[in-house]
Amino acid sequence: MKRIRAEILNIRKFGGYHQLTLVAPDIAERARPGQFISVAMPLDRAFVLRRHFSIHQASRRGGWAGTLEFAFDPTGPGTRWLTDAKPHQFLDVIGPLGKAFAYPRRLGTCLLVARGHGAASLLFLAQELRARGKRVDMILGAPSEEYVFKAIEAKRVSQTIDIVTEDGSMGERGSVLDVLPRVAEETQAEVVYAAGPHAMLKRVAELCADRRIPAQVAVEEPMACGLGLCFTCVVPIIRKDGSGYDNLRSCVDGPVFNAARVFWDRWAGEPPTSAPTPPEGFPAVRAWPG
Amino acid sequence: MAGLTPSLAVDLGGVPLAVPVVAASGCLGTGRELGALVDVAKLGAVVTRSMTYGPSRGGRTPRVAESASGIVTAVGLQNPGVRAFLEEDLPRLGNVGVPVIASVAGATLEEYLSVTSALHVRPGIAAIEVHLSGPDDERGGQPFYARVERLGEIVGAVSRLSRVPVFAKLPALLPDLVDAAHACVRAGAHGLTLIDGIPAMTIDPARLRARVASGVGALSGPAIKPIAVAAVYSVARSLPHVPIMGVGGIATVEDAVEFLLAGAWAVQLGTALLVNPEAPVEVARGLLAYLRDKGVASPADLRGRVRIPGAARGTTP
Repeated sequence: MKRIRAEILNIRKFGGYHQLTLVAPDIAERARPGQFISVAMPLDRAFVLRRHFSIHQASRRGGWAGTLEFAFDPTGPGTRWLTDAKPHQFLDVIGPLGKAFAYPRRLGTCLLVARGHGAASLLFLAQELRARGKRVDMILGAPSEEYVFKAIEAKRVSQTIDIVTEDGSMGERGSVLDVLPRVAEETQAEVVYAAGPHAMLKRVAELCADRRIPAQVAVEEPMACGLGLCFTCVVPIIRKDGSGYDNLRSCVDGPVFNAARVFWDRWAGEPPTSAPTPPEGFPAVRAWPG
Repeated sequence: MAGLTPSLAVDLGGVPLAVPVVAASGCLGTGRELGALVDVAKLGAVVTRSMTYGPSRGGRTPRVAESASGIVTAVGLQNPGVRAFLEEDLPRLGNVGVPVIASVAGATLEEYLSVTSALHVRPGIAAIEVHLSGPDDERGGQPFYARVERLGEIVGAVSRLSRVPVFAKLPALLPDLVDAAHACVRAGAHGLTLIDGIPAMTIDPARLRARVASGVGALSGPAIKPIAVAAVYSVARSLPHVPIMGVGGIATVEDAVEFLLAGAWAVQLGTALLVNPEAPVEVARGLLAYLRDKGVASPADLRGRVRIPGAARGTTP
């Protein structure tokens, strides 16, 4: 883990996402898929916490050697501030943080499942798996076409790709969970990697458990420091000997966990944004306002 | 005052600190996480996570939400229990060579006492800080600080049992903070830590729900700084000989100086540590420069030196 002043090399927009490329050789050298970086926000603003981003790409060789990429969907004040960042500006960056995805030793067929920008770390993983001679298949899900993360790059690194959008604007209409059983069957998946919101990961874990496919998930749990200091980002993880569970910090013990060891029913997680549950006593409404 | 070499050392009445900048409770993990980024030995002291007797898993997530200039957190005292702390965390902090202030929590008077006596097993604790904002199982879950008598009872019992100086950590929003501070000191507290996080809530209108799982959490960060400065000022004026550690939204040397001028003997950094792990080291360095610049020999010489413009003309409201 290093803390550096990283220069922004460029900033690009694609679909609903922004992508930043940083000059960060110390971090890029060590970064592995599933790990993340934290970026400090300006001191004069009302938002104080660092922002955390999965590492989308770390280039160690070639013309881009020493650069690091991350992508985000500007939904809050911090990410909106970052969309105004300019090349050659410097950011206070700490990384790489957290535990990375583990590569399978013997098994060779890997199915990668992502919703939204969960694909950022899985595309990095796909390249590393390919470099190790593994077969990669991908399922990319999103609310709509503009949030399908880099479909063309995904196609380049994977044997098969299935795209699913909730509004049907690209690929099949539905969620990644609708196609996962079929794709797992067709590709004879031996390992599953997933990144996305809690509800999706929980279902992926169940579908994989039913089929006895080992799965690793990269969780998203609100984090204050990202450094292991504050114990806010915990996830209930069942002990190896099954004697109970512990609340482990997703920043240092995760964000990647073995799906079979996550105590899904105990972990509250965030409900999906698109379908909030009305509180009891509220009249149910078909289309939620706003 | 050319040639003056100020010293940052302060003495909290028997608790000597090389630097008056301390890591606040619950903001330094287990003490090992920052190893790569910051030399923890450069801190004046480290306050541990609040410890219960047995291990505690803490509350549900989400445990943190950002609000304007601050964060609302509700960790729910997740900690490995005092015995595991003594076995694992304390030796590591001891090796670093930084004074350790143990934060003692509990759900009952008995638990406070069990934690305090367990701490006697090992040397290496410089002081105790009593966490008083948790729910009191013997008073229907209201916070320990809610009633002055109960506050005195807990702080008094811990102080009588403790072999090291005891600091009571008080919240700002009490009906009479100065009275509560006097009660703690009468009960045997050696010093005070001011202030604890402020009960706070933030709600997501799109999802119609509280942003932290427990509903109400504790607000910390720059948003609470002026409240904390006022708390330190009021208590220090009334209890000028009682050591006070000021805490609440301190991120820069200017923030730290405000607390010293208001009457603090030392300062603690909490939320700032989560954002900028080097903040305590930067504040200490900045403080040395500030003292040199103002021709002041010691942080103790700034203590309570705030000028109140209105008071001079007799127009204090």
